[in-house]
Amino acid sequence: MAQVMLRAPLSELCGGRHHEVNGGTVRDVLVELERTHPPIAGWVLDEQRRIREHVNVFVNGTQGEEQTPVAPDDQVHVLPAITGG
Amino acid sequence: MTELLVGTKKGLFRLEGHAPGAFEVTARAFAGQSVEYAMRDPRTGRYLASVTSWFYGPKIWVTDDPAGEWEQASGVELPESGEASLARLWVIVPGVGDGELYAGGDPGPLFKSTDGGLSWELNRGLWEHPTRGDWQPGNGGLCLHTIVPWPGDPQKLLVAISAVGVWLTEDGGDTWRIANDGIVPRYLPDEARATATMNHCVHDVRRSPSQPERLFMQFHDGVYRSDNGGSTWVDIGTDTDLPSDFGFPIVVDPADPDSAFVIPLIGAEDRTTPGGSVKVWETRDAGASWSPRGDGLPEQHAYLTVLREAFDSAGEGNGLQLYFGATSGDVFGSGDGGATWGTVAEHLAPVYSVRAA
Repeated sequence: MAQVMLRAPLSELCGGRHHEVNGGTVRDVLVELERTHPPIAGWVLDEQRRIREHVNVFVNGTQGEEQTPVAPDDQVHVLPAITGG
Repeated sequence: MTELLVGTKKGLFRLEGHAPGAFEVTARAFAGQSVEYAMRDPRTGRYLASVTSWFYGPKIWVTDDPAGEWEQASGVELPESGEASLARLWVIVPGVGDGELYAGGDPGPLFKSTDGGLSWELNRGLWEHPTRGDWQPGNGGLCLHTIVPWPGDPQKLLVAISAVGVWLTEDGGDTWRIANDGIVPRYLPDEARATATMNHCVHDVRRSPSQPERLFMQFHDGVYRSDNGGSTWVDIGTDTDLPSDFGFPIVVDPADPDSAFVIPLIGAEDRTTPGGSVKVWETRDAGASWSPRGDGLPEQHAYLTVLREAFDSAGEGNGLQLYFGATSGDVFGSGDGGATWGTVAEHLAPVYSVRAA
């Protein structure tokens, strides 16, 4: 299972920073995370299951997109984008 | 003691005090997040706020104590089967039936709650209206920003969408009809105005509770009145003393169906108070004449912008209080129907909404 790391406030919604989640792509992992932790629904993915514009997802240190493959034991970090000027 | 809920670019502020004196900030919530709108349901005392996180999207939150914990409401989302995602929630309004509330947002959805705001459901009648593909957004997006119930009749509702226009339902939201007759969108070419049926940039509508068929509208470039529940509209801004018929909010005195208050802005490119002098303009004859009210408001070099939801009233008649906030972060109040004013708060973040609880 992928190792998903969250920061506040997402970690608070999911009851912790670290979660083991099944899924073959970033979207699959995030959908599964929503299924197992309903309070996070709508926070990272929008209604069309797109990653919100100002949220970044990194897979093993490389920024990913919805369809980015995720292998077992991959590190998936979900964090707010740096949107400063 | 009056309670004001002030939604700002940097959170929600609860203010308490007596106009025109300075109010005390008694709570702040959602620090750093845009609070488009906050209100207190007078029937239950529950507070509701629409909040858009820059990162995590728009949500509705509810609480019985704005200084305490807030609970996220459920169901505030668009269908997964479509293409659209919810961008923003503009307004939350109590309905007529028990526990009923309505919320509107961008790109034009209307949501309804029947449990006091804890859970919400999309109104399909409007969302799936066959004309939806022709709707065009205004400067603020395709926003459903105005919701006006009919006192005592939960089947009747008026909503307004920019830049589409007024919509009416008389069957509780199952079916809707456009109601822009009489409104002249002067921002369109002359030859397009006669045929334009839903290109109307309504800014705000308020109903007179004592005469529900009477409505007042601040349009993009015009002020209008309806005497038939919104079916048709008459121009009450042209050739009057108003310094501009552009503005965003409009307010009425609940005790006087001939009353309305507007805050003209030089528009549409500037969108600031004319000549750097802040004035609220009042009619007491249904729009036949308008008078400035502004003793105590900034008179020089005050180029304020007052947004759509940032003007409200409390009380009525001789006890009418008026409050508005500006993107400067200032909030002004009058305890005598607009005759005299004071600064009730200053140096807040840009104000998006003001509601008197």
